[in-house]
Order: sequence, then structure tokens, then C-alpha cells
Amino acid sequence: MTEVQIQAPPAARRIDALAAIMRYSTLAALILLILFNVFFTKNFVSWRVLDVNLTQVAAIVIVGVGMTLVIATGGIDLSVGSLMAISGAIAPIIFLNKVFYVGEIHVAVALAMIGGILLAGAFGWFNGWLITRFRIQPIIATLVLFIAGRGIAQVMTNGSLQPFKLDTFQWIGLGRLFAPANASPGDFHGVPDQVVIMLVLVAAAAWMLKRSLFGRQILAIGGNERAARLAGVPVAQVKRWVYCISGLCAGLAGLVVIAINSSSDANQVGLGMELDAIAAVAVGGTLLSGGRATITGTLIGALIIQLVRYTMLANGVPDDVAKLAKAALIVAAVWLQSQGRA
Amino acid sequence: MTASATPPSVSPLLSMRSISKAFGGIPALSAASLEVAPGEVHALVGQNGAGKSTMIKILTGYVSRDEGDIQFDGGPFEARSPQDAQHKGISTIYQEINLVPFRSVTENICLGRESRRFGLLDWKAMHEQARTLLARFKIDLDVRKPLLRFNTATQQMVAIARAIGFKAKLVIMDEPTSSLDEREVAVLFDVIRQLKSEGVSVIFVSHKLDELYEVCDRVTIMRDGRTVRTAAMASISKLELVASMLGRDIAQVAKSATAFGGRRAQIGDVVLAADHLSAGHKVHDISFSVRRGEIVGFAGLLGAGRTETARLVFGADPMRSGAISLDGQPLVPREPIDAIRAGIGFSPEDRKYEGIVPEMAVSENLTLALMPQLSKAGIFDEAKQRAIVEKFIKRLGIKCSGPDQKIRELSGGNQQKVLLARWLAMNPKLVILDEPTRGIDVGAKAEIQTLIKELADQGLAVLMISSELEEVLEGSDRVFVLREGRNVAEFPHTEASESAVMTAMAHGDSDLIPEGSAS
Amino acid sequence: MKKTSVVAFLASQGVLIALALLILFGWLRYDNFLGLFNISTVLRYNSMFALVALGMTFVIMTGGIDLSVGATAAMSSVVAALLSPYGMLVGTLGGVFAGLCVGVINGFVIVRLRILPFIATLAAMLAANGTGLLLAKDESVSVSYESGFTDLGQGDILNIPIPALIAAALYIVGSIVLNLTSTGRTVLAIGGNEDASRMMGLPVNRIKFLVYVASGALSGLAGVILASQFGAGQPIEGVGWELFAIASVVVGGTLLTGGLGSVGATLAGVMLLGLIFNVLNFENGMGFISLSAYWQSVVRGVFLLIVVILQSQLTGRAERAETR
Repeated sequence: MTEVQIQAPPAARRIDALAAIMRYSTLAALILLILFNVFFTKNFVSWRVLDVNLTQVAAIVIVGVGMTLVIATGGIDLSVGSLMAISGAIAPIIFLNKVFYVGEIHVAVALAMIGGILLAGAFGWFNGWLITRFRIQPIIATLVLFIAGRGIAQVMTNGSLQPFKLDTFQWIGLGRLFAPANASPGDFHGVPDQVVIMLVLVAAAAWMLKRSLFGRQILAIGGNERAARLAGVPVAQVKRWVYCISGLCAGLAGLVVIAINSSSDANQVGLGMELDAIAAVAVGGTLLSGGRATITGTLIGALIIQLVRYTMLANGVPDDVAKLAKAALIVAAVWLQSQGRA
Repeated sequence: MTASATPPSVSPLLSMRSISKAFGGIPALSAASLEVAPGEVHALVGQNGAGKSTMIKILTGYVSRDEGDIQFDGGPFEARSPQDAQHKGISTIYQEINLVPFRSVTENICLGRESRRFGLLDWKAMHEQARTLLARFKIDLDVRKPLLRFNTATQQMVAIARAIGFKAKLVIMDEPTSSLDEREVAVLFDVIRQLKSEGVSVIFVSHKLDELYEVCDRVTIMRDGRTVRTAAMASISKLELVASMLGRDIAQVAKSATAFGGRRAQIGDVVLAADHLSAGHKVHDISFSVRRGEIVGFAGLLGAGRTETARLVFGADPMRSGAISLDGQPLVPREPIDAIRAGIGFSPEDRKYEGIVPEMAVSENLTLALMPQLSKAGIFDEAKQRAIVEKFIKRLGIKCSGPDQKIRELSGGNQQKVLLARWLAMNPKLVILDEPTRGIDVGAKAEIQTLIKELADQGLAVLMISSELEEVLEGSDRVFVLREGRNVAEFPHTEASESAVMTAMAHGDSDLIPEGSAS
Repeated sequence: MKKTSVVAFLASQGVLIALALLILFGWLRYDNFLGLFNISTVLRYNSMFALVALGMTFVIMTGGIDLSVGATAAMSSVVAALLSPYGMLVGTLGGVFAGLCVGVINGFVIVRLRILPFIATLAAMLAANGTGLLLAKDESVSVSYESGFTDLGQGDILNIPIPALIAAALYIVGSIVLNLTSTGRTVLAIGGNEDASRMMGLPVNRIKFLVYVASGALSGLAGVILASQFGAGQPIEGVGWELFAIASVVVGGTLLTGGLGSVGATLAGVMLLGLIFNVLNFENGMGFISLSAYWQSVVRGVFLLIVVILQSQLTGRAERAETR
């Protein structure tokens, strides 16, 4: 019986090592970016800078976590921006007592936050239902809410701004953990709450993808949906949950954004977020076709994109040019990764 | 069977000499050669990995050779791309129909060398051309219809018509009959003989050795990247052919065509009983049973409904009417998970399409169906998984660099073993195997056949679908013959002769169903 | 047995029927719905989207997608506005050329670098957006009225708005290309089975490159009309145009996976989606209901939903009938 070669000869092993290096390219790129800034950007190494960057990135990463899971199943979710707007629209309506009166402000805020997140999650579930029940392609199915969702948020608020000042709610966007009592500017001011939320979410999702049954099912569906079904994976159910999770993440991000802005503008909240999230996922190394995903990659991808923009702005490059750089970066990152893959 | 060795005075149409090629340091071809005369049908055989496809790829311009010389039609030959090779007179027909299904037959034949009038496409002329080309093979159909309206065999003909339209002098056919049934194969062979009479040569690559004897003049055998032997078909026996391919002794090969040999000792009670199953257009009132320790073979032509029936039992497709019972308990599988929970496993006929998850590792593929049982409260027990995977890698002799190797890097035979292990790990009562040795070379085939036999010996009930008659005949305790969606005959092993089964497959004589059988 | 091409045909007929019904509804219900002013306005406004959707149709037929069309149109409107003092021709050529450049870059990235169209055109959208803002210095750029540039967008020939004539002419060209040239047939072949098309020796890379260039140029032209019609190049317009275009294509019956489709069907889709906006405006004007403009997106979304569900049911049935 002829033996099939199993030991790859040295030449092939060298190529494997190169591929492995390519896979860590995202982390390497981030480190290089940071180093570049340490040396060339004034005042880069400061708490304030770290703060600003992490804060701006938090919402994108929160949405990105859900987006990574959706993309891992081979799908896509274009509705996240609109779902953010919906969540951002309904929360103030509740805690500002616009529809019904809730006496205790903490209860009102809790209701508002849960309501916002759950409503977005319900719409996410709807996306999943469309995709599984009618076999509609994810890009089209989520396009529906992309178009209609923001409209729903606008109708709810009649397009007008909902400003507020409520610490009970705004901790999620403006609050800080571990804040020292008498910090002067330039000192450590504590970790922003949304950054904590972001990190917890990333850790939880990454762990889930690697170590849980659900995570493995997601990757199996993205890898070969027919094979997964024939092996008994409950494909439709997993998909619905994944889109629901994406909606929940969007809902959470919507709350963070309006908290930071102290107001909710249904026309603006989450605008362009879907593309930012997808870019972070792609740059981070998750395969857009599904079957292979990395949550930490999405975090790194978002950080890289953010840092490039910051690097440019801090060094006097106009914002518009920075956009060009962002575009080139996305293409370069995705291309590099495709080269590193066998 | 035409038998002609090339007279030395006729110069060859194609001459490939001392071709060498290595991919990333690993040699795929070492000084291989191939010579084809004009108007000759030349078979190219060898196991997977022997180098046949690399030779073809070099010839058709997919990859470049490292060393060697190619002469075609009287001059040196170099193809930079498939399009280039096509324009120089070499066309290829593949196993998968590489045409565009939504497009009309005419477009599939003419695209790339269209007729024009005033710069715009002349549809009338193109339709006419397509019709004329197909008429040469005695095929008459509405060329304006989309290609997918026609069956696989006809699509193959369209592919060949395209090749001829491009004035091919050499047509390479890579496993052209794997999706064709007997009648369609006969039509294809007529077409090949027609080509021959027109002076067009054919390189015929196939695993199905019997077919080669029907239509080929000479054969070149490859093994381990080298050309081992070239001979006239008439002068080499099938045994010698296989022995050369494997590099083994003839006597060893002669013992049996398949590794099944010997009979099962213990056949127990009925495990699966299927009554009057019907679904869609393809399954009409099919009844059969499988007993413990028994191998039941489904024989039939392509399109007879075997896979469709099996998928019904597994819950992969919806059933219109009928009843299934497993170990006496009624079973209504609406989704595969229902059948899996009841104790049924299913290995599909197309590994790549619905069998393996290519990005995942061997261990993940192996435990794909077992996942829920390997997790407590939704969390994986990595140690348990590792133990099971290693156990099965050992037991089935799966050749891989480790459980973490990506399954797509394994050979077809080893992938099939992983799929088998997927179900064995579930401790099933019944396993359905759809074409378990398709696309696997002779050596691995024997391994898998032996495995199946051992499993049955240990008490597993097996339903085996195979298009290779020898497999069905030698491996089954009972053979059910399906034709056009109906169960037309049932033979116990002792009565399952090649002629009886083939007659039933072709003609569906219902008299052949013995009294009192079926369930 | 329904053919899959019949399904696409039916779906496009369905759109025509829906379009006819909507026109009938509008005619019966509102004064001046079929009046010259309204027709002219609707045609003039939607011709921009029609052009973008035309390019998108070809791209989608190859199995790809172009998310950069909106930003490209916006950028081109700025270029056209900046060049408008030199006359209508220069302004137009400049805008189209700008769009063409985006298309060339898209084509290169997708064909040579083998980046997925989704990502590549997403990056292009960002780049075009940035470039537009850069050129316009972050604000609208007024066009020059003396040079006659605005005649293009605001003028009529025989009472038909010029932009509509341009769009109609290009649609006819597009239809001819699709049905009567090998380029057009190759586009469909690529979408149907790209690997097979390659193996069949078709110039897949060249054609894929061309559809993105065409999409860019058409978006550029749409941008020129935008600038000319509204008197200013607007770097932040164009948001959502790509999705409007995709929706029109889908509503029209072209398969998103590529390989099957029709140019006329897209036009019907554009008209249908555009008319919904028009009808809603009229409804508001009637005063019976006061539907804010925000309802427009909801209605469009719901409409897309219904169409898509219907299409999936039809295709599913046809596919099941198709299997041997």
C-alpha cells in the first residue's frame, strides 16, 4: 500500500512559518503604529491620548463583536447603524418619561437601557428570521432594516433631537472606573466605563467562540453550512441567535453613543457604523466568507484604524486625507492577510 | 474494442518528454513522458497523486513545467493559459461541467468565438453553428434553452461540442463519466469514436478501468510522478494494469476486485424498516429493510433515486408519505438531528460539498456530530474530545500530521475516513454510506472497504450506495435495485449476479422481486 | 415547469405591474400627478439614481457589488462644479473622468489584488468621500451659471428633461451591450460561473475590470447631473445611493448572486422606488395624513421586504421544479 507523505519537507515547513507570521501581522502592525507614534507624535504617551483613542473605538468594537459572529456564519449585518439609532431613540423616551411615567429614576433608566438593548435585539432576531425562514441573502435581508430602521427611529422622535443630562444613565458613556479622587489634568483619570464594557464583551465573546458549543457551531456553519446541517447542527436556530446578538450589541453601542453626546439624534446615531464595524472585522483577520473568526482581531483591527486616523490628525494631516489613508489601509490589510493564507 | 499500437512511421500528434515539475520543493513529476498519435484514444491512469493531473495542467496551461519538452502538431508547444491552449488546439472536458448553467446552449458553445454582424452578435448564425456542431454527435435540442435544463450527459456533449468548435486537435477528458449512467456513457463513447474517425485525438483519464478497455487504444500508467509503462490496451490485462498502478504483485491483486471478500457470520434482527417512502419526483413507494450486522447495497443507475431515498431516512429532505421505524420504534425525521439522535449516521456522496468543513481541523470535523455530547452546560471538554479523536485516528489509520491539521490538506481517502469516524464516534445503530469510495485511489479504497466489512462484522447495520457494481455485488448481503425512483428488485447475496442486477437496473423487471420480501 | 429565466422575467413583469398600479393610484387620487410638472420633476430627479443603478446592474450581474457609487457621485459633483466655469462640456467630462478614475481603482483592487468587491468598494467609498471633501474644502461648491453648465441638469428638450434623455439613451445602450455583444454575454457568464468562464477561455479579468470602470463613470455622470441640477457640487450627498441602487436592481429581478438579469428591469425598479417618494409627498400635500418624510424610508424598506420575500418564494418554487 502506498504511503501518503505526511511529513512536509523543510521547504514546505518554511512556508508554513511565513503564513503563521502573516497571521500575527495585525498585532504586529498595531505595535508598529504605537511605536511610530511614541517616537514621532508629540505627547503621545499620555493618559489623555490613550483615553481619547479607546473611547472613540469602544462603540465600534462593541458593534464589531456582534458583527464578527455574524460574519463567522458567512453572513453580514448592514442594519447595525439603524439599530443603534432605534436603541438610542427609545431609551431617552423612556427615561425622560415621555410616554409613561416611572417614578424612580433608577428604575426608569434601567428600563430604558434594557428596553433599548432588547428592542435592537428583537430587530436583530427579525433579521435572522428573514434569513432562515425565507432563505434571503443576509446582505439584502439586513438592507431592509438599514433602510427602514433609521426611518423607524426618526418617526419615533419625529427627527428631533432629544437632549438630556442624567448621570444615572450617562455613566455608560461618561463614567469612569477606578477614578482617583483628586487627579490633575494629565494624570490617570480612571478607565472609561464603555472601555470596560468593551473589554469584557471582547473577552466573553472570544472565550465563547473558542470554548463553547455555540461558538463551534457558528464556525461550522460558516465553514460548510450543508455539512453542519448533516451533522446535526441546528443551523437556523444558531443563525437567528447570532443576528439577535448582533442586534443586542448594536443596541448597547447606541446607548453608549448617546450617553457620550448627552443627546439622541435619530438622524446621526450610528451613521456609517456598519461599514466601520465591517472594516474592523476585515482588518482584524476574520474571513468575510465565514468559517474562521477572531474577536480579538476585530479589537485590534478597530484600534489600528483608529490609530492611523489619530496619527494623521495629530500630525497635522487634514481629516479628508486621513479618510484616504483609512481606505488604503483597509485594502492593504485585507490583501496582506490573503497573502498569508494558504 | 479497437486495438492499435501506433505504427512507428506516423509521427505523434503530441509528445511530452522528460517533464519535471515540483511544487514548493515537493516533486510532482519526475521525467514523465506521454505520446499520443493522431486519431488515437489514449488512456492515462494512475492513483491520486501519481501525477496525471499535473501533466494535464501543464498541457492546458495552468502551470508551467520546470523541465522537459513538449511538441504538438509538428512544433514546440507552450500554453500560457487555458484560453491559449484552446486556441492552439488542445481542449479539456472536466468532471464537473465547467460551463455556465444559466446561459443558453448556444452561448456555452460559442462564447469566445462569436459570429458578428455590424459589430453586434449575430444570434441567428450562432444558433445555427451550435445546432450543426451538436448534429455531428447526433444530438438535436433547442439551443436557445439554458444549459441547466438538460441532464449531465447532454451538458458533457455541449462541452465537447464547444471543444470541437474551437477546432481542437486534442481533447483531454478528465473523469468524464463519473456523473453519467450506463446509457449516457455509451453515447459519450460513440462521440469519442466519432472524434477518432475525424482524426481528433483524445486523452482519457479515468479511475474506471473497464471503460478504458471499451474505447481506448493505448494506455500510459503513472506512479509517483513517473511514467511507468505504456502499452496497447489489447496487450495488457486489467490485473497487470492495476498491479502497475499500485506497484504491487499481480498475485496479490488477483485475489479480489474489492476488499470485501468473505461473508458476514451473524445477521440479526431488523434495525431499519422503511415502508412505502415517497417524496418529490424521485422517490416512489420504496420499501426496504436493513438488519443488524448486514450490509444492504443500493444498486441503480444515476438518477434512480438512491441518494434521495437515503436522505429521506436521514431527515435531510422532507418526506411526502411513508413510514420509517428504527429498532421497532417509529421515526419521523424532520431534520438530520432527529435521525442522528435515533442512532443513524450518514456519509454524503460529495465530501467537499456537504461532508467536510474545510477550514476546520481533523479533530473538529471528526467530532462535528458529537459536539453536544462533548460539552457540559455548553462548554467543551477538550480532554474528552482529544481522547476520542486520537482513538479514532488510530483505529481507522487516518494519515495526518496530527489532530490539528486542517482537513483540506488530507487526501480523499483520509478525509473519507474522518467522515466515517464522525459517525462511528456516535455509536450508531445504522450507518448510511453514499459512494464511500468515490474519488479515492485503489489503495485507500481497499482500506475503506475492509473497514466497512469489519464494522458490519461487529454488528453495525450498513446501507451502502455505490455506483461501482463490484462493490455492491461483493459487499452486500442483500442488494436492492432501484430504477427511476422505484424499488424494482431485491437479491440476496447468493443470487446477486452481475447480469441479474444489471438487467434489473436497466429494465426494471418487477418479476425479479422474490416473494415475501421488501420489508 | 418554470424556467429560472422565466422567474426573472415574471419578477420584472411584476415590477411593471406594480409600477402601473402605482401610477394609476396616483393619477386617480392626486391632482397634477400626471401633469407635466410632476412627471418632469420625477424624471429629472430620478435620472441620477437610474444612472447609478445601471452601473450597479452590470456589477451585480458579474456577481460583484459596488458600494462606492454614492461617494463617487458626490465627489464627481464637486469636480464638475469646480470645472463648470469652463463650460458644460469641460464640467461634464471632468466629472465623468473623476468617476472613471474611481472605477479604475476599484477594478484594479478587485481584479489584480483579488480583494472581495465588498471590501474594495467600501474602501473606495471612503476614499472618494475624503477626496470630495478635500476638493470642496468641506463645503458645497457653487457652479458657474454663466457657462451654461446648469443647462444640462435643468434644461429640457421637447419638454423632456435632459437628464432623463441621457439616462434613457444610456439604458438603451446598456441593453444592447447586454444582449447583443459578447462583452454583455460574458458579464452574465461570469456571474453564472466565474471559474467555468475562465476555463472556457473568456476574458474574465478584463470584463470584470470594465464593469467597475463603467460603474464609476456612470456614477460620475450622475454626479455631474447632481451638480448641474442643483447648482452646486455637494461632497456629502450620495449617502445611501448605493443601497438605493442595489434595492432597485433586486426589485427589478436581477439575482444578487449574478448571472441573470435585465437592464430594463432595473429601470422599472428605480421608477418604482422613486415613485413611492413622490406618492408620499402627494399624500402629505393632501393633508389627510401627515406622514413625515421619515416614513418614506420605512415604506421603502417594507416594500423591499415584500418584494424580496416574494422573489424568494418564486425562485424557490422554480428551483424545486427545475431539479431533475
